[in-house]
Amino acid sequence: MVTPIRINASEISETVSRLCMDANFNLGSDVINALDIAHEKEVSPIAKEILSELLENAKIARKNKMPLCQDTGVAVVFVEMGQNVEIIGGCLRDAINAGVRKGYKEGFLRKSIVADPLTRVNTNDNTPAIIHTEFVPENHLKITFMAKGGGCENMSKIVMLTPADGKEGLIHFVVETVARAMANPCPPIIVGVGIGGTFDYAALLAKKSLLRPVGTENKNPGTAQLEKELLGKINNLGIGAQGLGGRITALAVHVESHPCHIASLPVAVNIDCHSHRVKTAILGTE
Amino acid sequence: MTNIIHINTPLSDAVVEELKIGDKVKISGTLYTARDAAHKRLVNLIDQGKELPFDIKNQIIYYVGPSPAPPGKPIGSCGPTTSYRMDKYAPLLLSLGLKATIGKGGRSGEVVEAMKKYKAVYFVATGGAAALLAQSVKKMEIVAYEDLGTEAIRKLEVENFPAIVANDIYGNDLYKDGIFQYAVSIQCNS
Repeated sequence: MVTPIRINASEISETVSRLCMDANFNLGSDVINALDIAHEKEVSPIAKEILSELLENAKIARKNKMPLCQDTGVAVVFVEMGQNVEIIGGCLRDAINAGVRKGYKEGFLRKSIVADPLTRVNTNDNTPAIIHTEFVPENHLKITFMAKGGGCENMSKIVMLTPADGKEGLIHFVVETVARAMANPCPPIIVGVGIGGTFDYAALLAKKSLLRPVGTENKNPGTAQLEKELLGKINNLGIGAQGLGGRITALAVHVESHPCHIASLPVAVNIDCHSHRVKTAILGTE
Repeated sequence: MTNIIHINTPLSDAVVEELKIGDKVKISGTLYTARDAAHKRLVNLIDQGKELPFDIKNQIIYYVGPSPAPPGKPIGSCGPTTSYRMDKYAPLLLSLGLKATIGKGGRSGEVVEAMKKYKAVYFVATGGAAALLAQSVKKMEIVAYEDLGTEAIRKLEVENFPAIVANDIYGNDLYKDGIFQYAVSIQCNS
């Protein structure tokens, strides 16, 4: 008989609330490092200056506890729930939403969610969060919070290619998606690519790929090579920081793939802006 | 590196005539904020022949939905939102004397034409540099549509708000020129 790991719903809410603020105020060291490298490499004077503004912005945000970007995003929460974890004193979904509500209120973060996509009345507390839950063998509850901006989300795309389109078709679609997005997603961007699975799963993979620290590559050498190739082609587009021309359009390309149907080759591109806000906490471990 | 041009609102024709793409400006004076939902309401008012909640003649509209003001600050973070979503509404507002818009990302051919026709310019501010841009805002008041929350129309008093001229009144487009300069063609891709 395995003793369950009990986690209080209120602890989940507190954690999510803290992550909302931490992500929006404190740009991760991985992103700062990538921006530093981009600043060093960039040859366009305008783009170089924009990159130094972004680094300065990160310092101001951290110091003043101000959001890095006024678009503090839709709250996307990934949960890894251990098989032996038991949540007490409430349910997971409500606990997460309570955390988002608290974090966005106390952190003076913008409320950017409308209750209905067509009638468009703001919910005024940035809920509901988008929640993806996965059961895992580990005895923990891992919460990854992502503040996902609307501008870059709008430039994301999905396509159902045919097996005949292959790698060439995939590269064409990814590069074309970034080329069409131009300045809109706030370059320098991070490009998340999901390959395979199903229509819905490819999109989820693309989003999940964005959770990986910027600057790390896929463990599969072939996929890592594909990431490199895509990054090179994307940076050759000349879009640059804020789309005013430059050599660094993307800080990174992350690819994740999954088995798929013999008839299919789903490809999803989820773009994130330079204000790449991802923070993780693990509960349930002593 | 280009010099910084200091400009004050309201903008006269003489001021916008001098501005060229790539010019760096620092704007002082008044900016009115409006984004998707506010634009929809403004254009509805115009369609009904009603008066707008503020006089847009010679003014600047900043496409922004700021984050809430923390205690002791006039405004929260306030960087630009993507401008193309307002392209549908911009030509009509420009025809009424709006002299400039501030946002991020390129404009449609129709908007570029309207800017040429009505002598207006488009400035870009750095998207995502929202905490930095907030430092230029000295005062904020809500002018209309408070029910829209962050999308309400606000009057901002700014000092030295930094921006770059992306479209001038001569039909030039910094986005096109800039990207053309740095794009690496497939043939010489090494």
